[in-house]
Amino acid sequence: MSQFEVAEAAVHAAIDAGATYADARVMERRYESMSARNGEIEHLGQHGDAGVGVRALVGSGWGFFALPELDDATARTAGARAAEIAVASAQVSRRAANLVPSEAVVGSWSNDVEIDPIEVSLADKGDLLVGATATMREHGADVAEGHYQIWETAKWFVSSEGHRIDQHVREAGAGIAATAIGDGETQRRSYPAMRGQYGTRGWELVRDLDLLGNAARVADEARALLSAPPCPSGETTLVLGPEQMALQIHESVGHAIELDRILGWEAAYAGTSWLDLGQLGSMRYGSELMNITIDPTIPGALGSFGFDDEGTPAAARDAVRDGTWVGVLAGRDSASVAGLDYAGSVRSEGWARLPMVRMTNVGLEPGPHTLEEIIAATDDGIFMDTNRSWSIDDRRLNFQFGCEVGYEIKNGQLGRLLRNPTYTGIGPTFWQSMDMLSSELEPWGTPNCGKGQPGQVGHTGHPAAPARFQGIRVGVRA
Amino acid sequence: MGTAVGFTLTELDLAARLLETAQRALPGAEIEATVDRNRLSLTRFANSVIHQNVGEDTTTVGLRVHADGRTTAGSSTALDDAGMAALVERTVLAVRVAPLDPGWPGLAPSAEPGAAAAIDEATANATPADRAGVVRAFVDAAGGLETAGYCLTNHWSGAFANSAGQAVAGESAQCGFDGIARRPWHGGIADGVARHAPLRFAELDGAALGARAATKANAAVDPFELAPERYEVVLEPTAVADLLQSLVAFGFNGKTVNDGRSCVRVGEAQFDSAITIVDDPLAVGLGYDTEGSPRQSLLLVDAGTTVAVTHDRRTAAEAGTVSSGHALGGGPFGPVAIHAGFDSPGRAEAPPGAEVEGPAADASVAALVAGVERGVLVTDLWYTRTLDPRQLSVTGLTRNGVWLIEHGEVTRPLRNFRFTQSYAQALMPGAVLGVGDTVSPLLGDTYSAGSPRWSTPALHLASWNFTGGASG
Repeated sequence: MSQFEVAEAAVHAAIDAGATYADARVMERRYESMSARNGEIEHLGQHGDAGVGVRALVGSGWGFFALPELDDATARTAGARAAEIAVASAQVSRRAANLVPSEAVVGSWSNDVEIDPIEVSLADKGDLLVGATATMREHGADVAEGHYQIWETAKWFVSSEGHRIDQHVREAGAGIAATAIGDGETQRRSYPAMRGQYGTRGWELVRDLDLLGNAARVADEARALLSAPPCPSGETTLVLGPEQMALQIHESVGHAIELDRILGWEAAYAGTSWLDLGQLGSMRYGSELMNITIDPTIPGALGSFGFDDEGTPAAARDAVRDGTWVGVLAGRDSASVAGLDYAGSVRSEGWARLPMVRMTNVGLEPGPHTLEEIIAATDDGIFMDTNRSWSIDDRRLNFQFGCEVGYEIKNGQLGRLLRNPTYTGIGPTFWQSMDMLSSELEPWGTPNCGKGQPGQVGHTGHPAAPARFQGIRVGVRA
Repeated sequence: MGTAVGFTLTELDLAARLLETAQRALPGAEIEATVDRNRLSLTRFANSVIHQNVGEDTTTVGLRVHADGRTTAGSSTALDDAGMAALVERTVLAVRVAPLDPGWPGLAPSAEPGAAAAIDEATANATPADRAGVVRAFVDAAGGLETAGYCLTNHWSGAFANSAGQAVAGESAQCGFDGIARRPWHGGIADGVARHAPLRFAELDGAALGARAATKANAAVDPFELAPERYEVVLEPTAVADLLQSLVAFGFNGKTVNDGRSCVRVGEAQFDSAITIVDDPLAVGLGYDTEGSPRQSLLLVDAGTTVAVTHDRRTAAEAGTVSSGHALGGGPFGPVAIHAGFDSPGRAEAPPGAEVEGPAADASVAALVAGVERGVLVTDLWYTRTLDPRQLSVTGLTRNGVWLIEHGEVTRPLRNFRFTQSYAQALMPGAVLGVGDTVSPLLGDTYSAGSPRWSTPALHLASWNFTGGASG
C-alpha cells in the first residue's frame, strides 16, 4: 500500500464518519544528532518514525488523531477517531468553521543538497566535533560544546478536496559554544549562533561553517569576556549584529504577524498580538527601511518548502512594506475568519501534530549600507550580537534581550569589549528608530521555535542583516 | 503492531524481544531496550470555542548500544519483526563507526523499580466528550467573558530491559487544565487564569476554575503603570512554578553542577530556611528512568540547605556517585527533576477555586497578601530566559494579572512589568518572608505524555527586581 493510498484511506474514513472536510499527512522522518563536550562524544542518536495524522471537520467542530502505522486499517481508524473527536468539539462551539478556497493541487517538491548529510560518515562527523571542542578547551574554555542535527522528512498530503502532494525535505545544521567560568558568573561565546546555523541544505552547510577554524577564537572571546567591563546602563545608539537581528525579527515581527495569535486562538499560551486587523495596510510598524517578507521559496533557508501542510503552494508575500504592516502568516481557516483571501503558512512538526500557523522564512530585505559603514557613521554607541536571553510579552510588544558580546563604538570605530550587554524596547518604537540597515543579508535558521498545545517545535528562517537603532535603553541588569 | 501492543504483547514482552534481537546481532555488547506507549489527548479552546482537539496513540521502541568503546542510540515506531530488525541493523551499523565514548558509565544493574502509585483508570480512559465537558463547565462559569485554554489527559505505559538483567515496566496517567477568562476594558483586555493538575480527572472542576479565572480578570481591568524598581512580592503558585522549573533545570541538574555552571552547592545553606524542595516522580506512577534506574522521592533542599542534586548514570559517574534515577533519554540537557515541589510536613493541596475575596488565587495567597505593607501580587512569570546559569539570573515579564498590595490588601491592578532577577538570590536566607500553607499541582508543559508536574505554594519574597513597564 503506497503512502498516498494510506492518506486517502484516512480521509475517506473521516468523510464516511460524517466529516465535511478531511485531510491527512503521512510522514516518514529520520533524525540524527551528535553532541560533544570537552573533546569527547557525549551523545549520538539516530531516530526514525512514521505515521498518519488526520484532520476532520464535522459541522462546526475540528478533530485530529494520529497513529504510527501505515496500513489501511490503521489509516481508517485514525480517520474515524478524528471525526469522533470533531463531534465532541461541537459541545463547545458557536460558529461555522470554513476554509478559504484552495486549488486542489497535485504536486511534488524536494530541496537540493550538495552532500547528503546522512551519508557523511559518523566518524568524520565525530572527528569534527571532538576536534572543535578539544581546541576550545585548549584555548581556555571551561566547558566546550559542539553539536550537529540532521532531519530528513518525506511526506504525502491528501485532502478531501483533491490535493495530492508529496515532498522530501532535508535539513542540517551545527554549532559550537565555549563557556568560561569566573568568580560567580559564566560567560559564553557561541558560533555561528546561539544554537548554531541551520538550513534546508546538506552537510555543505556544516562544512562551510568551518567550526574548527573558529573554535580558538570563540574560546578566547569567552575568556576575555570574564574580565571585560560591564555594558553601561543608559540610552544610546545600538548596532545589532546579524544573528541578534534574526532573533529580533523572529520575536517581535514573526510571532506578532501570526494570524492565529491576532485572532486570539493562542491567547492562553503563546499569547496574542498587539496588531489589530483593522489597521492592516495602514499601521506604521517601523521606519522606511523596514521591509519584511514572508517567503518560503528561498533556496536553502530553514523555513522553505514547496507546499505548506494544508497544500497551499509556497509563495512570497509582503508582511511590512516601507515600514507599513501589510501582511500576515495565515492558514485556510484563520484567513476565512479574518476575511483574507490567502493562506500558505500552516505547518506541523510531524504526523502526530495538528498543522497550525507557523513562520516560514520571515526576514528583512537588504538595506543600502554595510556593517562597516554603519560603525563608521556612529560616533557613540554599542554593538551587540549573538543572543543569550530573549524575553517578550504575550502581545509581542514589550521585550528585553541579552546578548553574548558587546563592543563600545566611539568615533566610528569599535572599541572595548563589553560583557553582559542587554537592551529593551517596545516593538514599533524600536523598529521606527532603525536608521541604517546593511545589505549583508544571511538566512539564519531557528530550529527550536515552540508553539501549540501539545507543544510543537518548528523550523523557521530569518534573512537578517546588521542594523542601527537610535535611543535604545541598554545595560539593564539584575 | 504499534497501537495493538496492549492487546497482543505487553510492553515488557516487546522490550525483551527487541533486546534479544539486538543481542543476537551484537553478542557481548551492552544493550538497553525501551518501549513507550503514549496516549496523549488535548482539547484546546479559544474565544470560548473548542478550536483544536487532538489525540494520538503512539508506541516507540528505543535501543541504546555500547560496544568496543562506542555508543549509539536509535528509535522507531515500526514494531513488527521487520521494523525492529531494521532498527537493530541501523543501530549496529552505527555503533561500529561511531566515535569513541570514553565517558560511558555502564548499564544499570538489576533492581526493583521505585514504589510508584497506581494510576487512576478514569484519568487514563477519559474521552473527548469528558474533556469537552470540563471545558463546557469552565466556559459557562466565566460569566460571559471570552475564555481560552486546554484540558489534557495522557496515559503512558512502558517497559525497559537491558543486557545486565534489568527488566521493569510501568504505567502513569496525568491530567491538567489551564484556562483564562478575558475581560475587555477601554484600554485593552484583562486576563485572569486558573490552573489545576490533580491526579484524578474527576477532580478537574471546570466550573470552579472558570469562576476563579473570571474573578481575577474582572479585578484586573484598568491597570496603572507603577514605576519599575525593587518591590516586595507575593508570587502565586503559578508564578512559583517558574522559579522551580529554572532551579531544577539549571541549578540541581548534576550536569550543570559537574560543569561548574550551576548556582547550587551541596551542603550549603543557600536558601531561606523556609524552603524545602522534594522531587517525587513516584506520585505520578513513574518507578524507573530511561536508563532503567529506580526512581525515588529525592530531597533536594532541606530547610534551606542543598542536600542533593539529580544524576543520571553518566553525570553520577563523573561526580563519583550513583544515579538518582533522573535520566531523561540522553541529549544535551542532563538529568532534571521534573516532578519537584516546595514541601513541608502537613502542607495540603489547595482546593481548586477555593472561596477567597478578590483576585488572589486561593486562601493561602490571600493570607500572604495580608502580611505585606506595600508590594506587588504576581500571577505568572512569563517568557523567562536565563542570562547566566551561575547566578540563575533570569529575564522575563509578568502575565495574567498583577496588583498593588497596600496595608495588607490588594488595592489596584497594575500593568505588566519586565524583570531581571536572580532566582537564587530571591530565595536566599532572609529573603523568604512567608510560604503559603497549601500547594497547587500544576503541569509544566504539553510537549509529550511525560509532562513535568510541579507542586508549588505561594511565596512572599522580600525583593523582586522589576526593570521596565508598558511605556518602555
